[in-house]
Amino acid sequence: MTTRALWRNRSRPQETPDTPPVKPPVAPAPVAPVVPLDIPAGDPLLAHLQANQSGVIDVERLALDSPGVRALRAAGVRLALPLVSQGELVGLINLGQRLSEQDYSSDDRRLLGNLATQAAPAVRVAQLVRQQQLEALERQRIEQELRVARLIQQFLLPKEVPAVAGWEVAAYYQPARAVGGDFYDFIHFPDGRIGFVIGDVTDKGVPAALVMATTRTLLRTTAEQLVAPGAVLERTNNLLVENIPPKMFVTCLYALLDPASGHLTFANAGHDVPYRRTAEGVVELRARGMPLGLLPGMQYEQHETTLRPGECVLLYSDGLVEAHSPTREMFGFPRLQALMAEPTDGNLVPFLLDRLRDFTGPAWEQEDDVTMVLLSAHGDGGPGDGREVLARFELPSRPGNERRAMEQVAEVVAPLGLPQIKLDRLKTAVAEATMNGMEHGNKYDEAIPVLIEVAREGDDLTVSITDRGLKQPIPEAEPPDLTAKLAGQQSPRGWGLFLIQNMVDEMHVTTDDVHHTVKLVVHLIAGGQRGSTE
Amino acid sequence: MDPQSNSFRVAVRRRDGLSVLDLFGDIDGFADAALDTAYSEAETHDTPAIMLNFANVGYINSTGIALIVGLLARARKNHRRLVTCGLSEHYREIFNITRLSDFMTVFADEESALREVVAAA
Repeated sequence: MTTRALWRNRSRPQETPDTPPVKPPVAPAPVAPVVPLDIPAGDPLLAHLQANQSGVIDVERLALDSPGVRALRAAGVRLALPLVSQGELVGLINLGQRLSEQDYSSDDRRLLGNLATQAAPAVRVAQLVRQQQLEALERQRIEQELRVARLIQQFLLPKEVPAVAGWEVAAYYQPARAVGGDFYDFIHFPDGRIGFVIGDVTDKGVPAALVMATTRTLLRTTAEQLVAPGAVLERTNNLLVENIPPKMFVTCLYALLDPASGHLTFANAGHDVPYRRTAEGVVELRARGMPLGLLPGMQYEQHETTLRPGECVLLYSDGLVEAHSPTREMFGFPRLQALMAEPTDGNLVPFLLDRLRDFTGPAWEQEDDVTMVLLSAHGDGGPGDGREVLARFELPSRPGNERRAMEQVAEVVAPLGLPQIKLDRLKTAVAEATMNGMEHGNKYDEAIPVLIEVAREGDDLTVSITDRGLKQPIPEAEPPDLTAKLAGQQSPRGWGLFLIQNMVDEMHVTTDDVHHTVKLVVHLIAGGQRGSTE
Repeated sequence: MDPQSNSFRVAVRRRDGLSVLDLFGDIDGFADAALDTAYSEAETHDTPAIMLNFANVGYINSTGIALIVGLLARARKNHRRLVTCGLSEHYREIFNITRLSDFMTVFADEESALREVVAAA
């Protein structure tokens, strides 16, 4: 307890026997400086003051071994008047020696006792008002901080989700009142690939928002340089660990999607494991790694998979799985996994939010940010276009893999019951187109796969083979001159495109800045170009 | 599937004045060296014709077609007849489209090839 001692200056005008007393000039007596007195919480003086509710305490007579008493005496305090309101010591009036240097009289003491009794409630009220003012200021400060944190998050979160043909991307973010550190991001690459980031910073409010902003910037910069998710997280961690405040860290998942192939590469820095919904069930996409910002030199597992038509992957934050019901039951991972397996009409996110609301009840006070990012591969080419994707897969550009391509395509189209001769032609065309893509487009770089998509479009079966030819023109297929080849005037090679053209009913070649796509078309009903030979 | 699981091999034999190359597996770029070695061995036989037996071949790609074109060019240069047998219906169609069948007779099987080649000799 800190008290202040106030007393009057003891100096008076000089008087001599030979001169009549001279009235002092009418002016306020100087006031001595207020001296703060600190009385420790355990000081026996405090108990004594509280017990002596209306009494006037003569400090000189206090028989207490107390630092507070010594401090009062050192400050020249003669009388101490405890201010006690409703049994609580709320203050202390300290008086020094009287200006007349006479002792305080019994009338003085009675007057002071009455004064203390009446002043105590007023002091208490003043204290409560002051406390409320301070609390209001603190609330305003916290609200202002929350507003700043929300602004930072809203500014940094993507304004829109990527629009990608054949895919649907959905994002949901609901901050808790205290504003956690959730964030998500989409990073677009020139070759069409898209990076998906979801993260969660420990702590809340402005500190978390600032760390989130830093992490997001580091991830973006690093991703543009390194691309591979494992390497991106590794470098981001090393940069972040030097700048993050103590006891803070960031969980983060980074997944890189090639929309053309459905190929997904991902690495995880301690974030909640994403779920993948497949025709066979809901599975986890696991990759191990420490959260960002904890320790330098961490390495991050990188895994990859290919999403098939109709599949989806859910990235989410712990605010979802750690939500509580009114009976304090936790939403939990098993419940989320089971819900993802349920058939849904349309987007999974609204469905999950409905189930979350059912679980938490209407009076739920959201404990943490809830964030979800969902990427879904369409089961077909889009509503109402009559196109059904039967399979989408990719193969490393390795000599001999064209055989795998044709066998996989044959397996996919088996239910269509193609005549054997037509199936054999398709297989040869697929093998040749795949070989061209691997050799001429991808230069047999095993890190660059060819994408193969098998689809049914009305009465046609189509197989599209895509490589990353990077603007190299595809030569027109011209009939090879066998006579010239036998005479050594032409290379014995050069049969690929010629074979493809002759094995299917139609062949279409499309290119963009990055990809070559050869689309093979087989008419499923008789009357096509090759059908007449059957 | 391991691309090497259908790796190419070839056996060379003589029958009734005919050199026969029995081909097994896939004829693609991986078959180049083995095919060349076997054909060179067959050339050492003093026979008027060499027969490529495709009865055990499941896959021929455009590189394999190019290898066969190469063998055909060698045979024509050395005035030796090159014939085939055992091609599946699909690859017979490809031999027609590529006009290989204009330069090398395609027999249904070894016996019919033998009858015709021996009679022509």
